[in-house]
Amino acid sequence: MRRYVPKDDVQKKSYYTDRYWVAPQVPKEKVSSDKVFAEDLKAIKAKFKVLDAYIQVEQMVVYIQPEDNVGVLALMKNVLDYTQLSELSAVDFLSQRGEFDIFYQMLSMSKRKRIRVKCAIKEGEAIESVEKLFRSADWSEREMYDMFGIKVNNHPFFKRILMPDDWEGHPLLKTYPLHGDEFAAWYEVDKIFGKEARDIIGPEIRDDAAVDRYDTKRFARLGHEVPYGAEIPEGEPAVATEYQEDDGVFLIERFEKNSSTVITDRDR
Amino acid sequence: MAQHQVNYIQDGGLPVALTTIDKVVNWGRSNSLWALTYGLACCGIEMMASGASRYDFDRFGTIFRASPRQADVLIIAGTLTKKHAEFIKRLYDQMTEPRWVISMGSCANTGGMFNTYATVQGADRIVPVDLYLPGCAPRPETLQYGVMLLQKKIRSEKAIKAQKPKRLL
Ligand code: SF4
Repeated sequence: MRRYVPKDDVQKKSYYTDRYWVAPQVPKEKVSSDKVFAEDLKAIKAKFKVLDAYIQVEQMVVYIQPEDNVGVLALMKNVLDYTQLSELSAVDFLSQRGEFDIFYQMLSMSKRKRIRVKCAIKEGEAIESVEKLFRSADWSEREMYDMFGIKVNNHPFFKRILMPDDWEGHPLLKTYPLHGDEFAAWYEVDKIFGKEARDIIGPEIRDDAAVDRYDTKRFARLGHEVPYGAEIPEGEPAVATEYQEDDGVFLIERFEKNSSTVITDRDR
Repeated sequence: MAQHQVNYIQDGGLPVALTTIDKVVNWGRSNSLWALTYGLACCGIEMMASGASRYDFDRFGTIFRASPRQADVLIIAGTLTKKHAEFIKRLYDQMTEPRWVISMGSCANTGGMFNTYATVQGADRIVPVDLYLPGCAPRPETLQYGVMLLQKKIRSEKAIKAQKPKRLL
């Protein structure tokens, strides 16, 4: 088993240190190549500042300023007929650009088109809630806060949605370790038994590679049962499966292997 | 004052016919193992299948109860998340003694494939477990076999015994 390493400061540094990795890009097309999207973009550009726009996989991506998000979405809902907000979340670009990308995935049933509205905000900044426009944003914005720690202004019921209320940290950040930080590793022990029980229960065993057929505390094999923690020598013989004591149990029919039927046809 | 004071309540203190009483009580207990309806994830489907007509748990005297007050055995069937850990502890505490715990499936045994921040790495970090069933998910046959093994284990125990804290008070 690998040694247990305390994960105290792991949140402070970024997880991915491969500086030479370049994520492959899906080819982008000009917005003018699609008539419907070109019209929509014109309507948005007339009222709001658009930082960038292109078509990717037959969807238009529009970058706006974060303070315009409610305005742009209201325009798209009421004028451009993008009546559904199918998805809303954030992407962590903190280590590359020092900011989050927040995206709103819009769907128009009448035009049969999808537009992704994106805006970038710095860490610690808040964004205005679009819950008044789309009810579906309610839980999505809570999830965004839960997973990334992005605060949302004027949300009707703003708290964590997936993790417990007393959780520390935001798990979808790239700096959050997959196996959890110190707080996460001891969360249930601290909460139920108290910190003093840490020594009794011990650290979590997180080693995927740890497989030991002679470890009778963590492994069992059907048909070869031994008591918990028993010592088994190398090359021990297989123990026949026994359901009952030899002298039987009062009033209970004894299971006889010889007289039993094995069903081979599952659909009989 | 009698010279040899007999403590009738204490573990093994009964002077007469102890094996017979043990046998009768354990026979009753082992054949009316009422389980708590407690499916946490996909393993819960297999647990339901064990209770349904094809595998028919009722013939073992195992009937699923919806309340921990009426249950003898807690079958942890599925992924135990850290958020849920305190509830499983509370339900276990609400069960009356004697009580047994079956940890069903890799997730409840060790965290299974969910080697992540949000999953308890083994339900035995929270409650003492009597039987670990391997598999993802274990088939209903495995669960039935597990219940039969548990019955065998109960029959070999003393009927009146102080429940020892297996891990924590
Ligand atoms: S052990 Fe497998 S089947 Fe059972 S809850 Fe976990 S993932 Fe689901």
